[in-house]
Amino acid sequence: MTSGFHIVVCGSLVPDPLQTLEPVQGPGGPGLKNEMMLPSVLDPWAAHALYEAAHLAKQTPDSRVWLVSLGPKARLQQLMMSIAQKAAFQLVAVDGSASGFTDCYDVAAVLAEAIEGIEGLDRSRLLLFGGRSSASRDAGVTMQMVGERLGISEQFLAVDKLEARSDGSLRVLERVEGGRYLASVCDGPPLVCAWSTGELPEPPNNPQIGMQNMRAIMPALQKARTVQVGAAGTDYRSVEVPRQRRDTRVVKMRRSTKSPARSSSGSGAEHGESPLPSTHTRRRHVTQSGPGSLDRRSPGLGGGERWEL
Amino acid sequence: MSTGKAAVEKGPTLSTLPGDDVRQIMWRFAERYDLQMLVQSARAVARGPVARLVADGARNTHEWTPEKAALLNAFDEAGITAVFLEPEHGGFIEGPKNLALALAALELAWVDGGAATGAMAGHLGLAPIHEKGTPEQSELYMKRSAPVQPGEKREQWRGAFALTEPIPYVGVDTGVLNGKVTVKEWKGGEEPILHVEKRGRFITNMAFANFVAAAVDTGDERIKSSCMVILEEGDPGTYDRGTPTKKLVHQLSSTNDPIFSLDVPASRIIGGYTIKDGVIVPNYSHGEIIDSVFKRTRVTVGLMTAAKLLSAVEPVIRYQRGRFRGGESDQPGTPRHDLGLQQKEDALHRLVDIWATGEAGASLGFWAARVFDELDPMDHRRPEIFAKYDIPEGRRALRAMAEWTERAVEYVRLAAKPAADRDQARFQELEGNELVQYLVTDALANVLCPAVKLWNTGHGANMMREAVSLMGGYGITEDCPGFLPQKWMDAQLEATYEGPEAVQRRQLSVTMTNAIFLAQFEEWIREMRRVAGMRPGSGACTLASAMELWLWTLRHLLEAKDAAGNPLYKGHRQGVTFPLADALCWLLASRSQITDMIELEERGPQNPSLSEGLAGFLRFFTDLCHVQAASAAGEVSRVCSSLVFGYNAHPSWKTDAGNVYDARELVVLENVMPGLCSCAVDALDEDLGAPLKRGPCVRFDGYEPFNLRRGKLDGCLTGSRLAKDNAARMLTEVMIPESLDYPQ
Ligand SMILES: Cc1cc2nc3c(=O)[nH]c(=O)nc-3n(C[C@H](O)[C@H](O)[C@H](O)COP(=O)(O)OP(=O)(O)OC[C@H]3O[C@@H](n4cnc5c(N)ncnc54)[C@H](O)[C@@H]3O)c2cc1C
Repeated sequence: MTSGFHIVVCGSLVPDPLQTLEPVQGPGGPGLKNEMMLPSVLDPWAAHALYEAAHLAKQTPDSRVWLVSLGPKARLQQLMMSIAQKAAFQLVAVDGSASGFTDCYDVAAVLAEAIEGIEGLDRSRLLLFGGRSSASRDAGVTMQMVGERLGISEQFLAVDKLEARSDGSLRVLERVEGGRYLASVCDGPPLVCAWSTGELPEPPNNPQIGMQNMRAIMPALQKARTVQVGAAGTDYRSVEVPRQRRDTRVVKMRRSTKSPARSSSGSGAEHGESPLPSTHTRRRHVTQSGPGSLDRRSPGLGGGERWEL
Repeated sequence: MSTGKAAVEKGPTLSTLPGDDVRQIMWRFAERYDLQMLVQSARAVARGPVARLVADGARNTHEWTPEKAALLNAFDEAGITAVFLEPEHGGFIEGPKNLALALAALELAWVDGGAATGAMAGHLGLAPIHEKGTPEQSELYMKRSAPVQPGEKREQWRGAFALTEPIPYVGVDTGVLNGKVTVKEWKGGEEPILHVEKRGRFITNMAFANFVAAAVDTGDERIKSSCMVILEEGDPGTYDRGTPTKKLVHQLSSTNDPIFSLDVPASRIIGGYTIKDGVIVPNYSHGEIIDSVFKRTRVTVGLMTAAKLLSAVEPVIRYQRGRFRGGESDQPGTPRHDLGLQQKEDALHRLVDIWATGEAGASLGFWAARVFDELDPMDHRRPEIFAKYDIPEGRRALRAMAEWTERAVEYVRLAAKPAADRDQARFQELEGNELVQYLVTDALANVLCPAVKLWNTGHGANMMREAVSLMGGYGITEDCPGFLPQKWMDAQLEATYEGPEAVQRRQLSVTMTNAIFLAQFEEWIREMRRVAGMRPGSGACTLASAMELWLWTLRHLLEAKDAAGNPLYKGHRQGVTFPLADALCWLLASRSQITDMIELEERGPQNPSLSEGLAGFLRFFTDLCHVQAASAAGEVSRVCSSLVFGYNAHPSWKTDAGNVYDARELVVLENVMPGLCSCAVDALDEDLGAPLKRGPCVRFDGYEPFNLRRGKLDGCLTGSRLAKDNAARMLTEVMIPESLDYPQ
């Protein structure tokens, strides 16, 4: 490949999950109690997308990373004080609500418009990243809608790994049921990747990177366009806050030198990547790269870990 | 005086615990992105690797373990090591760094004081070089200490600071050094080789430091004075790191008792030297260097203790609220379920006091850090500034300084007036005068530094005990959330190292009588009255009255004598000077707390994120200011009264009974002036026998100005308990996170 990727990551802020989250009906619609006062973090799945983007850009010369964030400007600025230290990116800020009660359709429209307006963005090299769902809304549809609006039909959901191969193709591992991955190969960008946790740890803060990023981030915040996104016309019958105890269970397994055990039942006893039961093939989005797209050759994710949902 | 019944009104309340938006405004770094980032990165280290170490029991060993050593890398990665460095040496913060260091220390000590100390001790090792080192020394050691960047191939150096020696030598009194420097070899025309003998006690970072800034006295007539020298691992001789100190506190930092017997070139004398008549004359004595180092680093220590108190609020509230949940009769929605121990007034009131102390300590510490940021550039140019105005160094400076002191006081007075009411031309002239600016800032810094170190750590340690007690038995277990018992104990070290409380009190007793400082203090009294006019519930009037009482007492004591005719305000009379120094700290802390609250009030509306909660924060902080001002007033009253009257001889029946009525006289006088009997405090009985007591009661002749001020101050406490009630109520309403953001 002669030129690098143009990676756009969509991600905004959500209340710090350790805070007390109490849904309330306010004069302006539904929201969380003291929402504006709660400390916020970058939406966790989107954060993984950002770290993966920064990592990929570092590995691939001539790549660029943008973070497109729709959120209240002042709060975004606060968020940047930590995020801008972790990875190098350019911010595209849109000033509006980041509430979990906004309508995904409206949010996707705003994000797509913001991306279309990015100067110097080469859409043929575009990798559109985001989280598989937002921690405050958990709808899991925004990225697909942004992709559709931008005319990107290659879409991968709950991605844990994206590998840029020397022939320019991209190999993607998506989480599917039963602790398995669907492996797909795509000819190249553009594509949409809605990330799960990915494989990278949270990068440490480095104020030196932060100071460099801030030179461009402050002007980006200053010129952020104000938009109205809300929940007008939406009626919430019930709202549930995430349970404190999540169901995710990480099971460490002894690393085996033998090839991964394969259970004929496909019950999830395998670790790593495994052949998919045929029912899963309907979730394939990638068709361009021919028969090799369902990759069953390479070893699993290594690390000897499997996750269970 | 109106004592009308004032109900505790309902109004805006505290919605959440104050977050970054609030703190950035109050502590004045809302415009500093470099500092905001530093806060985030230090916080991530504190609540991540540091907290995990503490929770895993890493504090239970004195040894310097690989796990503890890994923290150094975490500090490097997070930019904490580089905070102290100039950008050309690998740092990222331009200009003075006191506020930056203070913020980093606060974040780390929020979880563990030892981690904070470990991070700061590297800076302490470099500080003598930073303050007084030659350009070559700065270049070399600063660059070596910068974290290694990707692609760089070099070892990163870490420093230590060795002043304290084994008993009976230097500790609190930095004068009596046993460590010695002598000339080992001095060939004509070549640089002398020195020999250094130094033993250290309680030296932080010593398990791994590659270089040490060591204080030594001259042990050779060819060396003029004491100095500080840089010792390197690898210098010929002994560089023995010694045994680890068996600390009960701060176990995440390394402390050892090292032994050095090394040969070093004379170029290692910090700040360089000249040769005069065959004698090496160090450009700076060890005392001069240490003064300029501790002046800055002590502020950071004070903030560590303030962090502990503020960090205690959330775990205490959570414990109190959940105290009775889960029991058989527990019913969600009942006060017992929702509030738990918060139903009890005393539990709330004590937490209000803890929080108020934490606020005041943080405000005082950050004020001091900002003042040092202002002072630093001037201080580093001090020799040039003094030369420009023909001020000699040393004792002869005193006389030359007198007229400049007057000008500095004049500037302080003019600066406090509105522009329209002052001689603007004169004001601008003085404002543009570097020497005047230096003197004003220096006078303030010389008070603030010991005040922060003394009050924040000493009183802070006492209040940490209160915090621990609010957690009941849990409070004295390793499982206590927020590591509160460890923090209580750690606070005691913070009160001790870098000069214990006695050293700070001694310094204050000198610097607080400086005319330029006192002029500023007088202006603050007026300022607080003005504040009170606009913000009646803030306790500013209470504080102003307490400040007046303190100032009157100081001026009185400077002139007064004790019963035996000996002057009271003297260096050796620590019973006089020390309590007065303590009392001053309460006042300064309270003032800084009020000014930070005003800053939030004035600048908070500019931050849209705060629009929802600002009114509640202001209400709560205003009440906390009032509570703290009342506590300060109480301390000041107690101290001043005991000093003003405590050194007088009590009147006795033998010598002072002349003015006492006798019973028969009183009967006659009562007929002429009915009611007189009830006014007579003392009366002899019919046989002229004295009542059974110490002597006639004390008369206040000459003390009317004191009594007036003291009486007024008592009255000024009006409303302060209502403020406490109000703050306590808000503690029951504030929303706290579901759980602490660091492990237990
Ligand atoms: C964990 C730890 C880390 C340390 N790190 C370092 C380091 O890195 N480098 C370093 O050089 N030192 C270090 N120290 C030493 C520390 O600075 C000293 O312990 C401290 O200054 C007190 O000195 P001292 O222990 O000799 O106390 P002493 O001098 O014995 O004083 C004890 C007490 O006596 C009273 N007192 C003493 N003098 C006076 C006086 N003039 N007036 C009134 N009362 C007085 C006070 O109550 C005082 O607290 C460290 C100490 C500890 C415990």
